[in-house]
Amino acid sequence: MKLLEINNINKSFGDLEVLKDISLCVEEGEVVSIIGPSGSGKSTLLRCATLLEKMDKGSLIYCGESAASEVNGKSVYAPKDKIKEIQNYFGLVFQNFNLFPHYTVLKNVTDAPISVQKRNKEEVYAEARELLNRMAIGDKENYYPSQLSGGQQQRVAIARALAMNPKILFFDEPTSALDPELTQEILKVLRLLASEKMTMVIVTHEIDFARNVSDRVIFMDDGYIVEQGDPKEVIDNPKNDRVKAFLQKVQG
Amino acid sequence: MLPQGRNPVAIFKVIIMKKKPFIAAIVFIALLIPATITVSGVTLGSVAGSDDNIFSWIIWVISQLSSGMWASLALFALTLIFSMPLGLFVCFARRSRFKVVELVAKFYISVMRGTPLMLQLLVVYYAPYYLFKIPLASSYRFYAAIIGFSLNYAAYFAEIYRSGIEAVPKGHYEAAKVLGYSNSQTFMKIVFPQMVRHTLPPVTNEIITLVKDTSLAFAIAFLEMFTIAKQVSASESNIMPLFVAGAFYYLFNLIVSFVMGKIEKKMNYYTT
Repeated sequence: MKLLEINNINKSFGDLEVLKDISLCVEEGEVVSIIGPSGSGKSTLLRCATLLEKMDKGSLIYCGESAASEVNGKSVYAPKDKIKEIQNYFGLVFQNFNLFPHYTVLKNVTDAPISVQKRNKEEVYAEARELLNRMAIGDKENYYPSQLSGGQQQRVAIARALAMNPKILFFDEPTSALDPELTQEILKVLRLLASEKMTMVIVTHEIDFARNVSDRVIFMDDGYIVEQGDPKEVIDNPKNDRVKAFLQKVQG
Repeated sequence: MLPQGRNPVAIFKVIIMKKKPFIAAIVFIALLIPATITVSGVTLGSVAGSDDNIFSWIIWVISQLSSGMWASLALFALTLIFSMPLGLFVCFARRSRFKVVELVAKFYISVMRGTPLMLQLLVVYYAPYYLFKIPLASSYRFYAAIIGFSLNYAAYFAEIYRSGIEAVPKGHYEAAKVLGYSNSQTFMKIVFPQMVRHTLPPVTNEIITLVKDTSLAFAIAFLEMFTIAKQVSASESNIMPLFVAGAFYYLFNLIVSFVMGKIEKKMNYYTT
């Protein structure tokens, strides 16, 4: 089943065309890594998919429900309540966590399910504690984000996104703000989620991780998808010269 | 027991509930000072006559000042009560998507900050007469002072709030949006609590300034403490009453900084 369908997205900031005719499908249970040099449009693609940016052209469909469709060469977004409904399908984990500093860990994780999804409090708390335990930060529920390490904060952020029970989870360079040790911490969590068949789209610079964990790798450059396919295929035997050059640079 | 989120409202509740004796003591002292002075001043003052010795003379001066002290206190408290919410409203207008609303708010703020408060008080006081030929009642002085101060302080508070709101990282809005918070939920739950914390030090500054600024109400002959101190000083040909008044402003501001310091400490349960 297709969870996410992006068709022919275009997005410009002023004169700068950041995304040029990008299409992407994500199947249920699939782990997709997006790699590519800085400024290639990876993050913008994620921000368009999570409705943080409005695309200029193209359509966006979650689970068969249209968040935006293309009418006369322009993206037209669905009405507000429809968008609200569609927002429940996905979650996003940021590079710099964006936890709410005035909320404890537990409150960060439980507030949206309780006050946005209006779910039963006890149920949400129980589920949140279980999530925090799975993230190995069950003992930190009464801490404030500033009292945690970056890796712990990112795990809280992942728990916060998971607590909304999304069908698909986006990660925008989840390890870029972390040192190598903490990066491994987060990659471990991502591997765990992948083994549980969580559908994920991950923008990352961790090439080894992309190669070993994802089902598909997408290489973006200059607003285009240059190459995509089986991770071992793309990373070990790139066909495109730009992909070759990039991989050579980052793998040393 | 579920952990409660600690928002400013909850914190004030905690302060009030847990520190009842403490709060009561502060309020008691704050009210006791002018009250005892009123009573002792009147009795001692009348017994001691005018200038038997320096002690009884000071008591007499204080008794003269006491009615003005109440007036200053009322002016201070009411101005805060009105200007702080009004400031939030002006701040919203200043940040409005609608250019016209934003421009009106900008103009309002620039006039309020750019002209003397004394002049603004005069305008508020005399406007009903010059605009509508409404005869000036002396009871209106008090209301005019409160209106004038509130309008002026709202402009300053608006800019302080704005700085506090803009200090909230953009990523928090984005996180809130992806989590499905509505705009009002985002403001109430995510932005406002952080804004309160960011703005406590400058708000304390404004409150302290307000304590002293109440003396500007003399411009419309409102009988607050400093107006009376000047009258007493003139009639006694002595500068001492002004210093006595000064001591009271200082004492009152000590209480203000103490209370605000406590609140600030309470709000420091997290760091960014």
